Amino acid sequence: MIRINCPFCGFRDHSEFTYGGDASIVFPDLDASSEAWIDAVFHRDNIDGVQRETWHHVHGCRMWVVVTRDTVTHEISAVEPAHQGIKLVLEAMTGLSSSDEDQQP
Amino acid sequence: MTGRRVSTGGLIDRERSLEFSWNGERLEGFGGDTLASALLANGKSVVGRSFKYHRPRGVMSAGVEESGALVTLGRAEWSDANVRATTQELYDGLVAKGQNAWPSVEFDLGSVNNLFGRFLAAGFYYKTFMGIPPLEWGTGTGAWMWYEKFIRKAAGMGRASRLPDPDKYEHAHDYCDVLVVGSGPAGEAAAIAAADKGLDVVLVEQDSMLGGDNLVVDTSQSPVSRLAHLESQGIRVMTRTTAFGIYDNLVVGLLERISDHLTDPPTYLPRQRFWTLRPRFIVLATGAIERHLAFGNNDRPGVMTAMAGRAYLNRFGVLVGDKVVVATTNDSAYEVAVDLHHAGAVVSLLDARAQVSSILTDVVQSIGIDLHLASAPLDIKGRRAVRRLLIAKSDGSSWRQAFSKECDSVLVSGGWSPVINLLSHRGVRPIWHRDNACFLAGPTDEFITVAGAAAGIWTKAGCIKSGENAGNIASSAINEKSLYKLSPTSIENSSWSNPIMPLYEIRESNKKLKSFVDFQHDVSAEDVRLAHREGYISVEHLKRYTTLGMATDGGKMGNVIGLALMAEAAGKEIPDIGATVFRPPYTPVSIGALSGRSTGKYFRPLRRTSLHNWNIAHGAVMVETGLWQRPWYYPQPGETLSEAYVREAETTRHSVGLCDVTSLGKISVQGPDASEFLNRIYTNPFAKLPIGKARYGIMLRDDGVVMDDGTTWRLTETDYFMTTTTAHAAQVMAWLEELLQTRWSDLRVHVTSVSDAWAGIAVAGPQSRAVLESNVDNTEDISNENFPFMGVREILLKDGTQCRIARISFSGELAYEVYVPADFGPHVMEKLWTTAKNFGGCLYGLEALGTLRIEKGHVTGAELDGRVTLEDAALGKMASPNKSFIGSTLSRRSELLREDRPQLVGIFPKDRMATFNAGSILKGATSVVECGDGWITAVTHSPELGHWIGIGFISGGRRAWLDKQVFSSDPVRNMDVEVEIVSPHMVDPDGVRLHG
Ligand SMILES: [Zn+2]
Repeated sequence: MIRINCPFCGFRDHSEFTYGGDASIVFPDLDASSEAWIDAVFHRDNIDGVQRETWHHVHGCRMWVVVTRDTVTHEISAVEPAHQGIKLVLEAMTGLSSSDEDQQP
Repeated sequence: MTGRRVSTGGLIDRERSLEFSWNGERLEGFGGDTLASALLANGKSVVGRSFKYHRPRGVMSAGVEESGALVTLGRAEWSDANVRATTQELYDGLVAKGQNAWPSVEFDLGSVNNLFGRFLAAGFYYKTFMGIPPLEWGTGTGAWMWYEKFIRKAAGMGRASRLPDPDKYEHAHDYCDVLVVGSGPAGEAAAIAAADKGLDVVLVEQDSMLGGDNLVVDTSQSPVSRLAHLESQGIRVMTRTTAFGIYDNLVVGLLERISDHLTDPPTYLPRQRFWTLRPRFIVLATGAIERHLAFGNNDRPGVMTAMAGRAYLNRFGVLVGDKVVVATTNDSAYEVAVDLHHAGAVVSLLDARAQVSSILTDVVQSIGIDLHLASAPLDIKGRRAVRRLLIAKSDGSSWRQAFSKECDSVLVSGGWSPVINLLSHRGVRPIWHRDNACFLAGPTDEFITVAGAAAGIWTKAGCIKSGENAGNIASSAINEKSLYKLSPTSIENSSWSNPIMPLYEIRESNKKLKSFVDFQHDVSAEDVRLAHREGYISVEHLKRYTTLGMATDGGKMGNVIGLALMAEAAGKEIPDIGATVFRPPYTPVSIGALSGRSTGKYFRPLRRTSLHNWNIAHGAVMVETGLWQRPWYYPQPGETLSEAYVREAETTRHSVGLCDVTSLGKISVQGPDASEFLNRIYTNPFAKLPIGKARYGIMLRDDGVVMDDGTTWRLTETDYFMTTTTAHAAQVMAWLEELLQTRWSDLRVHVTSVSDAWAGIAVAGPQSRAVLESNVDNTEDISNENFPFMGVREILLKDGTQCRIARISFSGELAYEVYVPADFGPHVMEKLWTTAKNFGGCLYGLEALGTLRIEKGHVTGAELDGRVTLEDAALGKMASPNKSFIGSTLSRRSELLREDRPQLVGIFPKDRMATFNAGSILKGATSVVECGDGWITAVTHSPELGHWIGIGFISGGRRAWLDKQVFSSDPVRNMDVEVEIVSPHMVDPDGVRLHG
């Protein structure tokens, strides 16, 4: 069981979350070319190592978070809110960026 | 072997006599016995029959690694197969029987398999029945099928009960700072050291008693006082609890056996409890398992590990034999010989090593034990019991038969294998330790450390020291929050005074002996060599070909010997052969414990609408749709499903029908940018939806395929009420959250699921307006002018109940959807129903709802199956050409625009009296080629048209099949019906009724 340190709820089992996908994808504008959309929707690197990915705390706070995870060891080095505005507010409140926090349960 | 109870000693309660049944015979044991110790005390030596050859087997160990004494416990639905008698605590009234034998383990007709032993060697199944060329080319599988029945019957373990499991199981969750696995000297020291540092410690012990090795070698402190001491330190102790697996991020699976040892467990207790424990640090003090040696007939009842012989004596007060040969490759068995000698047995000690220090030899020789150096067991005489042991002497390079000894039991110590299984679960590779002739755990980056015999430390003082170290390491790792790299801790005096001899098999060259490596699967030393001769080089292949290590013990007894023999055959060293990986669970976990309370009707949650009881009270027959319970149909007395739904659909089209639509998903979309948001996610325009209006909308996925549909109502400038299909409600909610949080953080929109907050009632049919009019004060509110098609209004009923009503229609009739706060659902339904009855109305369920929507060609989940585009579903006009939306770009991919894609059509039987089935294939040719030309998603009898109709998809749509023959083909039911492809809008295609 992977344990994810939700920035809003604390450490929770991954069974409370659903996996989203590759968080490094920047989705193009809605009117962008089909090449840009095909690249965003279908083309993925199969990363053997550290990857940023989205997870949804669907049985918790229902926030989407960005998890930095090693796909080989499942070691998680950072968990941040996916929403940029909320991320800034959280950092201002806690005085540190969530990636600085201890990730060991 | 003739085991017997000695008069004193042991950790058994001689005051508490327990009666149990073994193969129908009534026997007695004592409190504190295991089933194995009680059987031995009663002189029962043959307790099982082996897997392939039905060889008689006795008790071979005193622990979880047991491979001989596997029995079936209990009767009928309570029966539990392959229970290890060595770990099953005895209780009053226990019922057990031998397995894999007929008529009994004592006299088993199946043992004729033994005579054909050479035919059942490694790879037997693969070689014999996969076609014997050249006569049986192509018939191999058939021959195998024929033989398999008999072989499977003859080879096997116990049989599982076919009845439902009558026991209850529980799931539980917990956290701690440090988990210590094992309560022997190392585990106890580790737990106390960690607790001293103020840490929250959980200590788990698979045995019923605390103490580990102490239960065998030092019974001076009672398990009860150990428990009291540990608990006084604040340590949480769990006995009868196995840590069976370690998973990612140190999540540990524990199986706690709550009532497997009780005669009449209280009904409130579960049988077992499955724990998910989340420690911050783990200390593995899991000990080591004594190895056997491979020699002739080393599986005879009466052969067991040396430690087991000592455990039966010191813990259970049972002497396993009167004439005992102890055979060893290391120092550990000397104390065994001494203890058995003092208990009155005539003991001979064989040490395979030629040289051993006199300090050790004096210990045994001074009390008259017959010691032979450079000697080892070669072969056993006696079929159902040990009668004589042939003994070989080594000249330094080979073994030769030298002499024999009459004896009734042989206790073997072939070295020790540290229990590193749990680290193996974490992907930690074992490393061969030549000096100790065993595998030790390799390094790990995780917060796990190993202590005691599990780390290859063989002295009690060394184990205690290493346990203390482990407790301190746990504390500093947690406090410093740094990754702790496991490094071998050097502990003085941790090993035996004489080095172990790396010996795994004793045989004379040129002589074939039946010597077993894996007892449970009857894998012999010859099988391993045969696999090597046939080219199996990889350990993993060897394992599968011979089935070595694949029995219920998971290779605890045989793996290392198998590897050693493989290495020898290949002329290599063990580390060069590799090591097999252990997988969870460490010991078997019952399926019941895995499922816990999630069985039967508790398998998944049930969702009921607030109208559920009202529906039942009004005669609804319910149906499951996903988790929801929904009304299926409301039969009148004597009515069948078909009669009921046809009546309901007909009544709705001609007067009025009421339907519970509460299960639809409902999402509140709020915020200054809500209009912009909806305009992006729906294919049709939403930016200019007026307040007080609803609009039907379709969402696509990014890839251009339809995701869901529903209506969205504009309540105020910034407040929308969205409905989704029942099936996709959760998916749509998560999708909206994803878009707002990960892609469009700049949009000021909040979405809230309000599905459970509202009850929904569809009022459909020409009389629906009249029904509402009778229930409101101001009927002007309901007029066609004030409340037009797609209008939304907040309306007060006569009694003051506030409703949110939209004039929308799924049935194609004049219709409304009435929403009220969920708790008001039954009340409002009652009001509407009272009126509807006066208009000759009806209640209708899901089946009639299906009829109404099929007649109109409205799509639902059956059609929107994740492969369908707007064009496919005949909804192309729903895509706005004037804006971009989610999926708009990719929906224009050339492949999605092909003319020959399957498109939504209506289907009539050519012969209007004929019926056909949903799920059928549509085809133009007379025989089905590949997957045909299309498929039928739904059918119904249409009361409006007076015959059966359906909808489905067919390649190219209606235009492509105008003048061609089409068949609905149902190969499973062997039914071909000629059909006609028509427009999906089969009733009122111009939508005249909607606007009535
Ligand atoms: Zn959360």
